[in-house]
Amino acid sequence: MKRLLNTLILLSLPFGVFAGGGVKLQSADFDLSDKSSLQRGAKHFVTYCLGCHSAKHIRYLRIALDFDIEKDKVLKDIAPEGANIYDKMNSAMNAHDAEKWFGIMPPDLSLISRSRGPDWLYSYLKGFYSDSSKPLGVNNVVFPDVGMPNVLWQLQGEQKPVFKKDGDQQVIDKLVTEIPGQLPEKDFDRMINDLVNFLVYVGEPGQLERRSMGKYVLFFIFMIFILAYLLKREYWKDIH
Amino acid sequence: MKTNRWTDCGNWVLDRFPLTKFWNEHMAHYYAPKNFNFWYFFGSLALLVLVNQFVTGILLTMNYKPDAKLAFDSVEYIMREVHWGWLIRYMHSTGASAFFIVIYLHMFRGLLYGSFKQPRELIWIFGMLLFVALMAEAFMGYLLPWGQMSYWGAQVIISLFSAIPVVGEELSLWIRGDYVVSDATLNRFFAFHVIAVPLVLVLLVLLHIIALHEVGSNNPDGIDIKKHKDANGIPLDGIPFHPYYTVKDLVGYAVFMFFFAVVIFYMPELGGFFLEHANFIPADPLKTPEHIAPVWYFTPFYAILRAVPDKFAGVIAMGGSIVVLFLLPWLDRSEVRSIRYRGGIYKKALLLFVISFIGLGYLGTQPATPSATAVARVLTAIYFGFFLLMPIYTRWEKTKPVPDRLTEQPSLEDRIPDLVETFNEVTVKTEGKSGLFSRKLNYQGLSAVSIRFLKRIKGSLD
Repeated sequence: MKRLLNTLILLSLPFGVFAGGGVKLQSADFDLSDKSSLQRGAKHFVTYCLGCHSAKHIRYLRIALDFDIEKDKVLKDIAPEGANIYDKMNSAMNAHDAEKWFGIMPPDLSLISRSRGPDWLYSYLKGFYSDSSKPLGVNNVVFPDVGMPNVLWQLQGEQKPVFKKDGDQQVIDKLVTEIPGQLPEKDFDRMINDLVNFLVYVGEPGQLERRSMGKYVLFFIFMIFILAYLLKREYWKDIH
Repeated sequence: MKTNRWTDCGNWVLDRFPLTKFWNEHMAHYYAPKNFNFWYFFGSLALLVLVNQFVTGILLTMNYKPDAKLAFDSVEYIMREVHWGWLIRYMHSTGASAFFIVIYLHMFRGLLYGSFKQPRELIWIFGMLLFVALMAEAFMGYLLPWGQMSYWGAQVIISLFSAIPVVGEELSLWIRGDYVVSDATLNRFFAFHVIAVPLVLVLLVLLHIIALHEVGSNNPDGIDIKKHKDANGIPLDGIPFHPYYTVKDLVGYAVFMFFFAVVIFYMPELGGFFLEHANFIPADPLKTPEHIAPVWYFTPFYAILRAVPDKFAGVIAMGGSIVVLFLLPWLDRSEVRSIRYRGGIYKKALLLFVISFIGLGYLGTQPATPSATAVARVLTAIYFGFFLLMPIYTRWEKTKPVPDRLTEQPSLEDRIPDLVETFNEVTVKTEGKSGLFSRKLNYQGLSAVSIRFLKRIKGSLD
């Protein structure tokens, strides 16, 4: 019986897993209701990501409204200089240059959290390691042969892989810090979590509203159910 | 008098239009068997979902752009900037999956109680045409968000037509309107999805219901209620559809809407089953996703396709898996309709069929490894075996005597005390907390109950 249950559980595991590179993902620790974390995440995004990646489906105005901050503050603290509050989060990089420099236009990140999942993003951003065989000098544990440099290397420092034997092949067991960065590991993890938090928010800005609304809708439908049930019972009481 | 004027207005219409006749024929004087159970909710639920798809679909069309350059972004525009756009979109996307859940259960009801058997063959045929039209509707609708899965799913399915000898290449080219899935394909799929197929669906729903009301509804006992009529010619075991089943279906609607809302508000992607993760990446004709899987409701048929080694034979098998369903009324040679009076062999065959259908559905979502393909082949054999061996195993099955009149079965309300007792058996009270959450799972009780349940299932298979 127990073995049967275990088999069933194992069988159901592959359902809904995000496509990954075969490495176990670390879990991101984010909280969409934490507005200061979202705000920090937005700031990091503009500082470190927006140079190459756009998030063209979100406007600065929406960020101001959703994070409960003044429009001026968004323009001053988060948005790049010269941005208008009604602007979308567009990148300054154009496709022509991008293809010359990286071989590909860096993807828009509006929906990256929905296609990859928060844990993948967290593991990806923390998963860069030195690999001198690659043109950019880095590789990634969850995205092998990635075309993106480790933008956060100054903060994170440099990591090198520790290999273990799996059958005949050498596989990466874990990453260890080789040269420490400017940020202590705890602060760096928090920063990545803030970034992931922001990306999850950008994936569907209305999701908090959606979830908070759900209980009222369910309560209303439950009331309809009670009314409908009483009506049915009244009508059916003489049917035998 | 003022009131009379309104009545006169009403009568003016009624004198010129057979509204009363129509209402009575299909609602107030349509006598349905009084013992409809849980399985009989899904027909009217399908109607509810159809209306939901129409209303939300029309609203989506107002902001959607059927253009390969704009389609993906216009969906995100709906999700983010259109007032309540996210709700409308999720209602539509969840509605598509809900439609198939409801329809699969509705069809399973037919298998349980022999609703496809004489004299209801035509209802089944119309229903199957509806199913095929629904699959076309869902397939073409899935291309519209123009995500990676939309694109490559369509690419894979349309390329299947090219496996047909001689005309295949030309045919798939004609369907796509281009050498690959492109803007031309998107435009024509949009036209079919919002106009052509919905019209066909509405027409078939009407035919399905008219055919049903001509011969009368089947019931869980599978017996003819028209054999016993009172002095007025009304079936003794029949009750008018309105108000009895309209108020009963209302309860079903409320329960359905509850689950529907849970998905919409808390898990609209349903772990990648209702909205696939890869579909949040815009369609890219140059980049094939590492794993192409159709949405869950097509996966059983997709698994059959992949189970057959030869491409053309696979297409034939996939088509055949739907064609055999059309033949069901003539494959089943049993004397009785309802599973309640059928022999054990049909029950076992049906159980195997359900296992094979769910198993194929699961395998269709997974990458095709050699072992998965081997399992898929066995399940495909069972799937076809259920239908093709049916003329043999149903002809000699030992049926039980069928009663003359409808039988009494305990309703859900009657079963509540039993259910409460079972709940008490599988849980154990813990200290400290109160109410429902104070109870913890009791594994001993749980195993006792599940063993009892399995024994009952085993017993009922005879």
